[in-house]
Amino acid sequence: MPLFSRFTALTGALVLLALPSLAAPAKAKPAPAPTSDDCLACHSDPEATRADGKPLGRDLGTFAASVHGQGGLACTDCHADLASAELPHAEKLAKVDCATCHSDVGEKHAGSVHKAQSCTGCHGTHDILPSSDPASRTAHANVPATCETCHRQPPGPAGRGKSVKDGFHVGKVLAEYGESAPVCSTCHGAHDVLPPKDPKSPMHHDQVAATCGACHSDVKETWDTSIHAQMIASGRNAATCSDCHAVHGMLGTEGMPLWRVAATEECSTCHASKAETYRDTFHGKVSSLGYERVATCSDCHGNHAIRPMEDPLSMVSAENRVATCQKCHPGTGANFAAYDPHADPHDRERNPVLYYATIFMKALLGGTFAFFGLHTALWAPRSLKDRRARRAAHEAERQASQGAGDQGDGGRA
Amino acid sequence: MKGEPMGTASHEETWVERFAAIDRITHAILFTTFLGLSLTGLPLLFADAPWARTMALLMGGYGVTGTLHRVFGFAMLFCFAFHVGRVVFRLYRKRGPTMLWGPDSLVPQPRDLFQMYDHFMYFLGRGPRPQFDRYTYWEKFDYWAVFWGMGIIGTSGLVLAFPEFVARFLPGDVFTIALLVHGEEALLAMVFIFTIHFFNGNLRPEKFPMDTVMFTGRIPLHELQDERPAEYERLVREGRLEHAFVPPPQRRLDLFGRFVGAIAISLGLVMVALTLIALLA
Repeated sequence: MPLFSRFTALTGALVLLALPSLAAPAKAKPAPAPTSDDCLACHSDPEATRADGKPLGRDLGTFAASVHGQGGLACTDCHADLASAELPHAEKLAKVDCATCHSDVGEKHAGSVHKAQSCTGCHGTHDILPSSDPASRTAHANVPATCETCHRQPPGPAGRGKSVKDGFHVGKVLAEYGESAPVCSTCHGAHDVLPPKDPKSPMHHDQVAATCGACHSDVKETWDTSIHAQMIASGRNAATCSDCHAVHGMLGTEGMPLWRVAATEECSTCHASKAETYRDTFHGKVSSLGYERVATCSDCHGNHAIRPMEDPLSMVSAENRVATCQKCHPGTGANFAAYDPHADPHDRERNPVLYYATIFMKALLGGTFAFFGLHTALWAPRSLKDRRARRAAHEAERQASQGAGDQGDGGRA
Repeated sequence: MKGEPMGTASHEETWVERFAAIDRITHAILFTTFLGLSLTGLPLLFADAPWARTMALLMGGYGVTGTLHRVFGFAMLFCFAFHVGRVVFRLYRKRGPTMLWGPDSLVPQPRDLFQMYDHFMYFLGRGPRPQFDRYTYWEKFDYWAVFWGMGIIGTSGLVLAFPEFVARFLPGDVFTIALLVHGEEALLAMVFIFTIHFFNGNLRPEKFPMDTVMFTGRIPLHELQDERPAEYERLVREGRLEHAFVPPPQRRLDLFGRFVGAIAISLGLVMVALTLIALLA
């Protein structure tokens, strides 16, 4: 071993000595690669300026503390084009290619929606810190602020527009649970963010349940039994987590009562006709007024494990309906549960009594107002005429009584 | 009346009683509870209207309006039960024949149909004003419309107020029908009262802006002669006219009537406007 290592060192030294003469035999004196100290000779001098007068000095102290500085990297390891440049070098340097070292990350990034954005936009330049450092731009708690330098509503540069971050997950949960709380990258990915339309994106409609289920595994398991999950699994369109739970607008449990009422709107995006008949009911009307102590969709149909009515396990199946009503109306039976909570006044087959009752009421109202509308319309001008005539008669009577004697009862016009 | 101030002139006038105190009190309870029911029921009837949530919130939110609606509803039903009881009592005691038929009766009679026809002819300038008696055909319609409304809206309201109890005897479909009938009948009642009844009794040019007879209970003799000549002649013929004479109405009662009437008419017209917004939106 010592013999071998001595031999290697010797060979290495020989090669090094021979290299310059081999590489550039024609050149008189080949320039050696500048060392970091060479760079700092100018770049830490507060007096040194560029041709246009701007100072050359930059705070390279942050580099020494950075993950690359701590790792002993030299300036030319990243600024590779300077390794063979004459000093002073050109003002415009070649773009640093991080993938030289970080090839796996580079590959992911090149396939992502951010491929036109450089690494420095999120990670910084000379001051890059490891994600484990709480001051790093990519430290768990700092990820939302880093993403928000671009992602605002409406989109625009930092400082403009409204925050889009999920105020619940990236607010309350993050403050309480730290590292185990989700931030942007937990759901969207980091280097490999894909557009939601891409089937491989965790934001793709078919993938959303798996993405949320990474943390909410119990809910995901329940949801998997639902008709919604089965429809998505069979390639059809149905509600996944984000269709009912407003992502980025999530409410905590304290917002529950209000959200329970508001969620009827989410159901109605697909079940429009059912929402309309629900709105006609007492439950629907009261919940429209924002009062939450009344049955909304989920109280009868369930939430994550919604099953079709024909399924015996469904909350609204013939077997379970009475028990479902009894949750709010204890002591009721089959008669009570025979109520049709989606009765449609236009559907003669389904609700014949309601259908004819509606026609009768419309006729009653229409007939009454048509008759008395006409009655009033004819009476109004006649009444006005009468009022004037009576006033005139009254006036004449007064003048007559002032002048001569009484003439007795006057007739009406 | 008739827009003239209650000055010395009206004190010289002779006044006749038209409504007894008990009828005026019944009417006062009726219209107070009716306005209360309308105000608390309207947001629920048009729950999708742009103003519904705000209106309910102004009254303390649905929890409060729902309770108030039930309280007003029961009060009105008690008033109705009292009235029916009184009618039955009087029928049984002495007034049977005149209450059920004849000029002092509220029961619709063939004469009313003829007078309605004559009234239309009069509107068109093709005949004299009919010789109305104590109750005109439109006043009878008002009375029976309220009577029918009480029965229908009251019954359906009770069904909706006690669903668990009602479902012991009736199938669940009854709630769908009860809600439809309750809402539509209430809409009919509100719009009818706030437009047609207000016009007939108060807003029509001869009465504008209002007639306080339902508060004071009395009308000047000349108004009786003008508007109800048949009743006047009947009272003279039967020698009862002098018995109907009363002192002029108290000024305070008349002012109170104008104050309450102005509030009721304003609230009613606002609710008609809200209804139109909801129906057109």
